[in-house]
Amino acid sequence: MEFKDYKSEKKLEEKSVQDMSPDEPVLDPFAIKDCSMIAIATGKRAQSLRDLRQHLNECDHNTLYYHFWGGLLRPKFDDPEYHNDFAIWIHRQLHDKILAERLSLIDPTEFPDMEALRQELMDIIEERLDELEYPLWSTRGNHFEFIRSQIVIFNTNYRVEHPFQFTDVLPSLSVGSVFYHFIDARRRTEESIDDFRSWLLGFGDQYMELCDRIAGIDPYFSTLSELRAQLTEVFGDYFENGSNHNG
Amino acid sequence: MDNVLNQYAEIAGQDVISHLRQLASPLDGLKVVHVNSTKVGGGVAEILHKMIPLMIDLGLDTSWEVIEGDPAFYQCTKSFHNAIQGNRIDVSRSLLDAYEKTNEQTAERLRDRLQDADIVFIHDPQPAALINHFPQRKGKWVWRCHIDAGKPFRPVWKYLKNFVSNYDASVFSLSTFAQALPHPIYLIPPSIDPLNEKNVELDDEEVRTICRQFDFDIDRPLIVQISRYDRFKDPLGVIRAYKLAKKFIPNLQLILAGGGASDDPEGEIVLNEVRIAAGDDPDIHILLLPGDAHRIINALQRAADIVLQKSVREGFGLTVTEGMWKRKPVIGGDTGGIRIQVVNHHTGFLVNTPEGAAFRIRYLYHRGDELIEMGNKAREFVRENFLVTRHLKEYLSLIFALLNGGRERIEVS
Repeated sequence: MEFKDYKSEKKLEEKSVQDMSPDEPVLDPFAIKDCSMIAIATGKRAQSLRDLRQHLNECDHNTLYYHFWGGLLRPKFDDPEYHNDFAIWIHRQLHDKILAERLSLIDPTEFPDMEALRQELMDIIEERLDELEYPLWSTRGNHFEFIRSQIVIFNTNYRVEHPFQFTDVLPSLSVGSVFYHFIDARRRTEESIDDFRSWLLGFGDQYMELCDRIAGIDPYFSTLSELRAQLTEVFGDYFENGSNHNG
Repeated sequence: MDNVLNQYAEIAGQDVISHLRQLASPLDGLKVVHVNSTKVGGGVAEILHKMIPLMIDLGLDTSWEVIEGDPAFYQCTKSFHNAIQGNRIDVSRSLLDAYEKTNEQTAERLRDRLQDADIVFIHDPQPAALINHFPQRKGKWVWRCHIDAGKPFRPVWKYLKNFVSNYDASVFSLSTFAQALPHPIYLIPPSIDPLNEKNVELDDEEVRTICRQFDFDIDRPLIVQISRYDRFKDPLGVIRAYKLAKKFIPNLQLILAGGGASDDPEGEIVLNEVRIAAGDDPDIHILLLPGDAHRIINALQRAADIVLQKSVREGFGLTVTEGMWKRKPVIGGDTGGIRIQVVNHHTGFLVNTPEGAAFRIRYLYHRGDELIEMGNKAREFVRENFLVTRHLKEYLSLIFALLNGGRERIEVS
C-alpha cells in the first residue's frame, strides 16, 4: 500500500523507536490489512413484517452482519435517523416509525455474537406484532431483500511498529482498512474491541488513556471516512498535543 | 501499459489504485477470458473496453472473445433480451436451433482458450450455452447478466436456465434483477468510465461550441433527459413536468435527446407522441442523435442545470450516473437502479409523477445553493461508488471468492 503524505520515515530518522521507549515491551508490529466486501443475493424477500420475522429467524449470520454493518461499505448516504437496513426498510416501506425507532436503538456491538443479536431483533419484532392490530405490508417492488456478505481480506505489507506512527498512517488508511480494523475487529477479537485497542493493550497500562479515547469513538453513527478522521484526531491529539511521544 | 491505471489514479485517487494493485497481486498471471457478443456498441462492450486493459495492467492474463452468428442467431438473442425483461415473446424452435448451433461452433473455435482459462466471464444470454460444450473445463465460469431479469417471460427463462444453472456463479447488477439459481448470485452494480467520450471533462468553451449547433440558449434555465423514445422512460411525463414548472420559471428550456428509432416501431410511435405533446413550444428541443454522439451528450448534460430520468421502469440507469458525474442533481423515477443512485436531498430527488418532478424542478431553481451542493455531492457519490475502478475491485474480489470455494471470510496471503 502506498500512503499519501507519508511522513513516518522522517520521524523515525529523528528518533528511533527503541530510543524513544526503551522500557516498552516488544510486540509484533501492527499489520495493516485491507478488505473488500461482496454482496450475495440469498433469494429471500420479505413483503410484510411477518415475512421479515420468518426470514430473520432462518437467515445466516453473514446476512445479519451485512444488514447491520455492510452499509458502511456500499453506496449510501448516512441516514441520521436509522442505522441498520431493517429499521430503514420498516420506516420507509412499512411506515411503522415506532418499530423503526426501537430497531434503530439496537447497537450490534453490545451483543456477544450474531445469535444474540438475532434474538434481540426477533424479540422486538414479535413484541410489535403483538401490539399491531393490522398487518404491515410493503407495496409491490418495495420488498426487503436479504443479502449475505463475503469478505476478502488482504495484506497491505505495511507494518506499524510504534503507536505514534499511526498519526501519519491513519490519514491515508483506505476505508476498507478502517472497516477491517475498527468494525470487523469487534467480531474477531476476544474482547470484541477494535484492533487498535487490542494491539495497544499489549503494551500494558501504558496507553490506557489512548485506549479510552478510542473507545469513545462510536462506530455506529459515522461513515468510514468520518471514523478515519476521528481516529486520526484522537491519535494526533494524544501524541502531538499531549506530549506523549514516549508513550 | 501502466499508464492506464495512472490515468485513473488522477480521478479516482491514488489510494484506490494502490488498493487494486494489492488485491490483484496474488492473481498475477491468472488466465481470465471474457466472452460477449460484440466489441462495438452497447454498454457491455463499453465496460469491457476499459475493464480488460485495466485487468491486464494489474497483471492478469486477460483476453476478450466474441460470439458471432447469422441473422437467425441475432434474432433469437434479441428475443431473449426482450423476454428476459418481461416481454411475452415466443421463440421458435428454428431460432433456438440457430442459437445452439452458433454456441457449438463458437465453443470449437475457442476451445483451447476457454478450456484452460482459470476464470471465464460469459456476458448476457448470447454466449450462455457455451458452458455445455466444456464438461471438462479447468476453471470457474461466471455468467454475468447485465439485464434486469427480475420478471422474465417464464418459458424463455426456463430455457435459458438449463444453461445458466451450470455456471459456478452468476452476477446481477441489483438483487431485484436476479432470479433464483443453484449457485451463488453476486451483486455488482455497473459503472461508468470517467475517461470515455461521454464522461471526459469538457471545458466551458467546448460545451458552448457543441451546443451552438442546437437552437437553445445555454445561459437560460435548462433541464435535460437523455434516453431512448420509449414509454418506460416517460418522455410525455417529462414534457408535462416541464410545462407545470414553466409556469413558475418562464425562461425554462427542456431538451429531450435520444437515439434514432429506426429499428424500433414503437419508438417511432412514442417519438410522434412526444412531438405532438411538445406542440409549437420553442423551448422544447427534441433531438435525435446518432449512436456515437457521445461528446454531444456529454456537452448537453454539462450545459443543463438539472438532469431528469423520469423512468417508470429502468435498469440500472447509467444516464443517471453520467449526469451525477457532471455535478448535476438528478430528478429520477422511483424505480430500478435509480433508487440506489438518487438519494433525496443529497444527490437529487426520486419522484413518482410529473407533478412530483415539476415540484422538484421548481425547488431546485428556487434553492440555487442546494442545486450546486447536491451536484457536488452527486459527483463525489459517483467517484466513490460507480466508477470502473470500483467495478474492477468487485470483479477481483469475486475471483478470490470463486477460487476459495465461497467461504465467508477469505484471507489472501
